[in-house]
Amino acid sequence: METINILYIGRHLEILATVVRLINANENWNGVGVMNDEEAKEIFIRKDFSLVLLGSGIQEESETNLCTFFNKQNPNIIIVQHYGGGSGLLKSEILLALENNKN
Amino acid sequence: MENTDKIIDSAITNSVLHKADTRGHANHGWLESYHTFSFANYHNPERMNFGVLRVLNDDRVNQGMGFGKHPHDNMEIISIPLEGDLEHQDSMGNTTVIKEGDIQAMSAGTGIFHSEYNKNKDQLVKFLQIWIYPNQKNVTPRYDQITLDLNDRHNKLQQILSPNPEDEGVWIHQDAWFHIGKFDNDFSTSYELKKAGNGIYAFVLKGDFTIGNIALNERDGLGIWDTNAIKITANSANAEILLMEVPMKL
Repeated sequence: METINILYIGRHLEILATVVRLINANENWNGVGVMNDEEAKEIFIRKDFSLVLLGSGIQEESETNLCTFFNKQNPNIIIVQHYGGGSGLLKSEILLALENNKN
Repeated sequence: MENTDKIIDSAITNSVLHKADTRGHANHGWLESYHTFSFANYHNPERMNFGVLRVLNDDRVNQGMGFGKHPHDNMEIISIPLEGDLEHQDSMGNTTVIKEGDIQAMSAGTGIFHSEYNKNKDQLVKFLQIWIYPNQKNVTPRYDQITLDLNDRHNKLQQILSPNPEDEGVWIHQDAWFHIGKFDNDFSTSYELKKAGNGIYAFVLKGDFTIGNIALNERDGLGIWDTNAIKITANSANAEILLMEVPMKL
């Protein structure tokens, strides 16, 4: 099965580490986490991501800027708000986004 | 109040019924959990949320066991113990015990860590954990816990949560109101929604009820939208129900 590359962006280091660990616990998902916008843009250019998760602490201006950048680089990119900060909603958020993208 | 016929019609046309035995189920030995909506490894695209109500977990934790330190962000998290005592510790410096009759609310906002354990070595703890999407992201994390007067819900709906710090119950960052009622057999009452555009999700804690013309049993859930009010009738003694009025749009 194809590996899904997922970029998580969030300002809280411990939550970032937790979310990336949880993503990578799924053998078909490969998670990378970054805390700042410039790093996010740089890695987005270098790696082929299918999905971006926007985590906590990202202000509206940053979010708009990031989404515009990602969509320009890859019009097919899926961008999802991640809520809850842990394992509770993560799997559903990713699966639902991927399912909706297929339809 | 609107006439009863209109309320019944509304319940038939704009409602979703989640029978107790159709919920997701996880048994980890120390933890048994029933999920009304998709959660953790239970993923059902048809069961994602009811408006901003995203998680309704019905948890039982074994003696002395619990959830170790784990993070949360951007979510309003409400815990309602039904039996036993739950010990809570968090990164905001709170160490508390919540018991039957208490309600706890946390705004996870920019991020918190917490743990939850069964305080007792000789008794299960049973509690509901409810997650509500917040109406603003990245708020400063906060914690609130109160003890409710259990006598104040006999044959009436006791408000336990609202959006207003000055109002009865705990408060959260969302235009949501929760009530609990414990009714005698055949007791009827109505609930009028407080905000246009909100829906109501009823969850039966004990016994049997009828809402509109829909029969509900223990741990059934019923969501209703596009209505101003609902009529609730208890069909058994000491029947207990939790009503959650929530915005239907995030």
